[in-house]
Amino acid sequence: MGARLELVCPAGNPAALRAAVDAGADVVYAGFADETNARNFPGLNFSRDEMAEGIAYARERRCCVYVAINTYPGAGNSAPWRRAVDDAAALGADAVILADIGLLDYSQRSHPDLRRHLSVQASASNAEAIRFYHQAFGVKRVVLPRVLTVSEIADLNARIEVETEVFAFGGMCVMAEGRCSLSSYVTGQSPNTDGVCSPASHVYYEKRNSDLVSRLGDFTLNVYSDGEAAGYPTLCKGRFVTNGRASYLFEEPTSLNVLTMLPELTAAGVSALKIEGRQRGRAYVARVVATFRRAVDAAARGDMVPAGELDAMTEGQRQTAGAYDKSWH
Amino acid sequence: MTTTLSLGPVLFNWDAEDRRDFYFRIADEAPLDTVYVGEVVCSKRAPYFDPHLPAVVDRLRRGGKQVIHSTLTLILCEREMDAVRALAEVPEVLIEANDIGAAALLAGRRHIVGPFVNVYNECTLAYLARQGAVRVSLPWELSSRSLVALAKSDAAELEVQVFGRVPLAISARCYHARAHGLHKDGCQYVCAEDRDGMSVETLDGDSFLTVNGTQTLSHTVANLIGQLEELQEMGIRAFRLWPHAIDMVAVAKVFRDVLDGKQTLGDGRRRLDALAGLAPFANGFYTGGKGAAVSP
Repeated sequence: MGARLELVCPAGNPAALRAAVDAGADVVYAGFADETNARNFPGLNFSRDEMAEGIAYARERRCCVYVAINTYPGAGNSAPWRRAVDDAAALGADAVILADIGLLDYSQRSHPDLRRHLSVQASASNAEAIRFYHQAFGVKRVVLPRVLTVSEIADLNARIEVETEVFAFGGMCVMAEGRCSLSSYVTGQSPNTDGVCSPASHVYYEKRNSDLVSRLGDFTLNVYSDGEAAGYPTLCKGRFVTNGRASYLFEEPTSLNVLTMLPELTAAGVSALKIEGRQRGRAYVARVVATFRRAVDAAARGDMVPAGELDAMTEGQRQTAGAYDKSWH
Repeated sequence: MTTTLSLGPVLFNWDAEDRRDFYFRIADEAPLDTVYVGEVVCSKRAPYFDPHLPAVVDRLRRGGKQVIHSTLTLILCEREMDAVRALAEVPEVLIEANDIGAAALLAGRRHIVGPFVNVYNECTLAYLARQGAVRVSLPWELSSRSLVALAKSDAAELEVQVFGRVPLAISARCYHARAHGLHKDGCQYVCAEDRDGMSVETLDGDSFLTVNGTQTLSHTVANLIGQLEELQEMGIRAFRLWPHAIDMVAVAKVFRDVLDGKQTLGDGRRRLDALAGLAPFANGFYTGGKGAAVSP
């Protein structure tokens, strides 16, 4: 087999960071507690002190920390984003994960030695786009959008000179990341600038006879009959009516899981696997990271990859290979 | 004060002859300065209209319109990028890049950056202008506060969309096909059945979104006719209308007349109310709130 895939794991708080490191993460990614990263949820993310401690904890255990600063600075308000880049550099982050062209430009000029990765939020889905970010800003790695098949990823890797990282497990955007304003259409808060999609502050549940209704802002996203398991009302995982028929029009409440595809992803030239879930608790993180640790090591040895172990961790106990498997379309 | 009124590319899968005739009428009758042409949603649709494109471009130019070729929103493969390369080889063609890969390909020559590229701040705007972008059509999500800040930059001409459903999201996956139980590869072009997109309602029967193949638009129609004066005061001079299956010549006339002060805003609003009829108007993104909201 080829090189061992790097395992990039989520940390929404210091406890999750320690859990991920202890479970065998090669890298933990985390963000500051503000709108500068794409998981800007209440009670989540890191103060500067917590980030410093987290980096120290990881480093002692030969684990790296990437800092996600992957929302778009608003016009006339670049300061918080620039400060986040400056602080990540000062704290010794192993890389920053950026999406905005202006911020990439700033980062390169102010911190030329700081390693830059391109966030999935930049939606770079073709070789020209990736070459641009590489040549203009010295980006070393691109996190690929969850819209490409494995063969498209292999074609892409043959044409570019930067590392690629792909999503391996967890929640899944079905729209091109960084180019979706469905949530801001309904809530006024933008994934791109505020770092939130379908925010809990706009979620309501109501009982209607024996049904449970979930709403986001002014719109009903789903109705569950008695006994039916209710998922979190993420907008694109709701049930809607087209041509008189109700269905999960965009996507069922389901999780991405590529556990059994590791050999194909390695063969496609992928460098790293990203586990999604900075909003998850330490127990979830520990279990998923440990499972992927075993699987990645097995794949690197050329052994069978253990399947099925994470079935209980997937949303609605449903999983998909997403776009990697052409049948998703 | 000179203003530019433009018509964005047709987003929907209109029958090729219908689309040609639509553009012929626009060329002859609509008071537009600029017309964008080209397929921006799904590359599978392009071969049907492409044979008509030379005649359409010629007619639009003879009608006094500047013609700009728009590229796909989500470029996923070399075949799709090759179409941009082929276009870029034609001298004097002005291209709107709707994917950063296309913008990168056009670096060093005059081009437009389209509203599907994330330009949220003046640093990004300045960078793209240095790459050769002479006009940037801004994302629909920007509030007036952001527009004020961006308009202070004179890096490139800025265009703001003032009419039409908002193209909220793009995917590699085709929801039109999925809704009909079809695979994207065997979609039978079912998106052509809905001239203004397929209505998406909530389980409570509320109108919500509009599906157009791999694209998802708002149900409401963004309408900033009431904000034209404010936009001009900020320094915005270019205004875009998205085409819909309504009388777009008449819609363009309303916006032109209000921009030129030939008609009061009240009269303009009444004329638009009578013309549009697709769905309620909204302007929430402009006011910094939810996009589906409406305020005067």
